[in-house]
Amino acid sequence: MGKLIAATGNQAVAQAMRQIDPHVVAAYPITPQTDVVEEFAAFVADGVVATEFVPVESEHSSMSTVIGASAAGVRAMTATSSQGLALMWEMLYIAAGLRLPIVMPVANRALSAPINIHGDQSDTMGARDSGWIQLYCKNQQEAYDTLIQAIRIAEHDSVRLPVMVCYDGFIVSHSLAGMELLEDDQVKAFIGKHKALHPLLDTKNPVTYGPLALFDYYFEFRRQLVEGMARAANVIEEVAEEYARLSGRYYGRYEKYNMDDAEIGVLVLGSAASTAEVVVDELRAQGVKAGLLRLRSFRPFPKAELARELSHLKALCVLDRADSPGALGGPVGVEVRSALLESAKRPAVINGIFGLGGRDTTVDLITTVYHRLMKIVDTGTVDEPLFYLGVRGGNNNGRELEAAIPQARATR
Amino acid sequence: MAGNLKQLSHKPERLVSGHRMCAGCAAPVLVKQILYAVDVPVVIANATCCLEVTTSVYPYSNWKCSWIHSAFENTSATIGGVEAAYRAMKKRGEIEEDVRFMAIGGDGGTFDIGLQSLSGALERGHRFVYVCYDNEAYMNTGIQRSSATPLGAWTTTSPVGTAIAGKTRPRKDLTKIVAAHHIPYVAQASPSNWKDLTTKAEKAFNVDGPAFLNVISPCVPGWKYEPELTIKLAKMAVDTCYWPLYEIENGQYKVNYKPKEKKPLVEWLKPQGRFKHLLAPENKHLLDELQSQVDREWEELLKNAGES
Repeated sequence: MGKLIAATGNQAVAQAMRQIDPHVVAAYPITPQTDVVEEFAAFVADGVVATEFVPVESEHSSMSTVIGASAAGVRAMTATSSQGLALMWEMLYIAAGLRLPIVMPVANRALSAPINIHGDQSDTMGARDSGWIQLYCKNQQEAYDTLIQAIRIAEHDSVRLPVMVCYDGFIVSHSLAGMELLEDDQVKAFIGKHKALHPLLDTKNPVTYGPLALFDYYFEFRRQLVEGMARAANVIEEVAEEYARLSGRYYGRYEKYNMDDAEIGVLVLGSAASTAEVVVDELRAQGVKAGLLRLRSFRPFPKAELARELSHLKALCVLDRADSPGALGGPVGVEVRSALLESAKRPAVINGIFGLGGRDTTVDLITTVYHRLMKIVDTGTVDEPLFYLGVRGGNNNGRELEAAIPQARATR
Repeated sequence: MAGNLKQLSHKPERLVSGHRMCAGCAAPVLVKQILYAVDVPVVIANATCCLEVTTSVYPYSNWKCSWIHSAFENTSATIGGVEAAYRAMKKRGEIEEDVRFMAIGGDGGTFDIGLQSLSGALERGHRFVYVCYDNEAYMNTGIQRSSATPLGAWTTTSPVGTAIAGKTRPRKDLTKIVAAHHIPYVAQASPSNWKDLTTKAEKAFNVDGPAFLNVISPCVPGWKYEPELTIKLAKMAVDTCYWPLYEIENGQYKVNYKPKEKKPLVEWLKPQGRFKHLLAPENKHLLDELQSQVDREWEELLKNAGES
C-alpha cells in the first residue's frame, strides 16, 4: 500500500517525475502545465532529485535539449501544453525519428486563436502523426500511474519511441483529488536503470545521430518507426499488467464501462469519461442499455480491438475534444469509423465535437448525446452524422448548451 | 599553445575526407583547425547547414567523434542537452572521462534562426564552444541573404536589379551580441591565420563555461571566385580589417592582429563576383558606405581594446 495524498494532476505528475528522478529535465512554463515545472524546480532546489534541470528559453529548446540529453544516453523529460507543444512540433518528429525514449506529460489545452488557457485536446491531436505514443488519462491517479508506466514503454527494446502522457488541462491538471503514491523504491524498481542505446557519450564508440537519409534510406527509417509503434501495443498491455500487480490499478489501451451488453455507446478520451460514467449509471437505472468506451492509447490505435468491442452496438457516438476543420469529423471519430469498416456488423456512428476551449461538458450535456443515440435506434435514421455539442450557432444553435450553461439562454 | 603544423598533422582527425563539400570550401578546413586544439573526446552538435548535409550522408559519416544533427535553429539547445546529460552522469558517478562539447552552424543557423537558442544556452552557462562558420549567406539552400550578408552583396534574395543593387542593409555584429552575454570567451578568427584560430579554439575549449568562435568562411559558389583563392580571400578579409582578428576574454578586448598596412576594402571585393556591381561608377556610394562601415567598426574595436 502506497501513500494516500490529495493532489492536483500537475502535482501528481511532478511527484511521478520526482520518483523517476530523470538525469535531465528541460522545461518552459506554460499554463496549465506550469506547476509541474515549479514543483520540479523545487525538488531540484531541495536536492530531492539528482536531476540536471535546464530552464530553457522556449519549448522548442526544451524538446531540443531533451533530444540532446536522450541521445547522449540518459533519461530525459519535459512537460508542456498547447502553444508550447505547437512550438515543439518540429522537434516532436525528430525525437521520434531518432527513436529517443523521451517521456513528456502534456496538460491538454486549446490552441490559439482566440487565445484560451483551458482544456481541450487540439494540441496533442495535432501531433498525432509525429511518431509519439499517446496515452490519454482520465484523472489525477491515472496521470501519475501512466507517467511511470511510460518510462518502461518508451525504453522497451522493441519500442524505443517517445511517449506523451496527456491529461486534460484544469479539469485534471488543477483540480484536487485523493490518490495513492507508490513508494519511491517501488517506482525505482519498476522503471529500472536506464539502458542507453548507442549513446553519444560512449566516446570509445562514436556515433552519428541524425544523418541525411534521402530517397534511398529515409523510407526504411520511417517504416521501422511504424513497426516500433505497432510493437508498442503489446508492451503497453504488458507494462499495464505488471503495474497492476504492483499497484492494484490496471489500465490497458482502452477501458470499458457497461459495454458488453450495451446497445448504445459513447467513445471518448480523457476526463470526460468520468462524466459519461455518471450518465451511463443514470441511464442504466432507467433501463437503457448504455455503455462507454474510453480510449487510452490513441497511438498506437487499437484498431482490431475497437472494431471487436464496438461492433455489437446499435448506435455509437465518438466524442472528440478536438476538431479538424474541413474533415469528415474529429480525429478520433474519423479513425473509429475507419476501424469499424473492417467489421461486417457495425453500429450507426455519429461524431460529436465537444468541450473546445474548456467549455464545460456536464452530465446533462452528455445525456443529450445518449438521447441522440436512442433516437437513432428508435427511428433507424441518422440526421446529423457530425455535430457540435453545446455551442452557439450551427444546426442546434445552442439547444443543448442551455442544458449546460443556463446563462447561454440570455446570450444566445 | 597550438604547436607547429607538423605537430598538428599528427593529431587524430575527427572530420575525415570523403565528404561532399565543394572544392575550395573553407568550412572543413576551419573545423579541422579548431578540432586540432582539443585532445580529449568531443561531442559535436551540427546545425542544418552545408557542413551537416555533406558529412553525414547515410549510410556514411565523415565524423570520427560522436555527432548529432537534430534541426536548424536549435543546435545550442541540443548540445546543451548533451552537456547537461554529461553533468548529470558526472554527478551520479557514471562517467569518469573528460569530454568537451561543440556546436557548429553557419551564419544562417547562428545569426538568424538559431540566435534565440544560442542566446539561451549562453545565458544558462552550458560549457560548450559554439563555432559559427560565417559564409555570409544561406549557402545550403543556394545563396540567400542572411543578417550576416554585407551591405551591397548580391544574393538570390538580394539580387542586383535595375532598381536595387544587392543587399540594402548592413550585416549584424554577432560577435558583439554574443559578447553582451558576458561569457568567458568570445573570439573572431579566420582559417587563413591557422595558429591564431587553433590557439583561440584551445582557449575556448578550456574555459569553464560557454565560448564562442566566429570564423569567416569563404564560399566558392556563394561569393563567386576561383576555388584556389579561399585562404587568400580569408586573409584579405583580415588585412582589410573587414574581419578583424580579436578576442574578448573575461570582458577584455584584445586585437590579435593589426595589419601593418590596412588594405582598401575594394581589394577584397574585386575577386568576388557577388560584389561585381559595386565596382560600377553608379554604385560608388555603396562601396564608399561599405568602406566607411569597416573603418568605423575597426576604430571602435581599437577603442574597445584600448588601442586608440
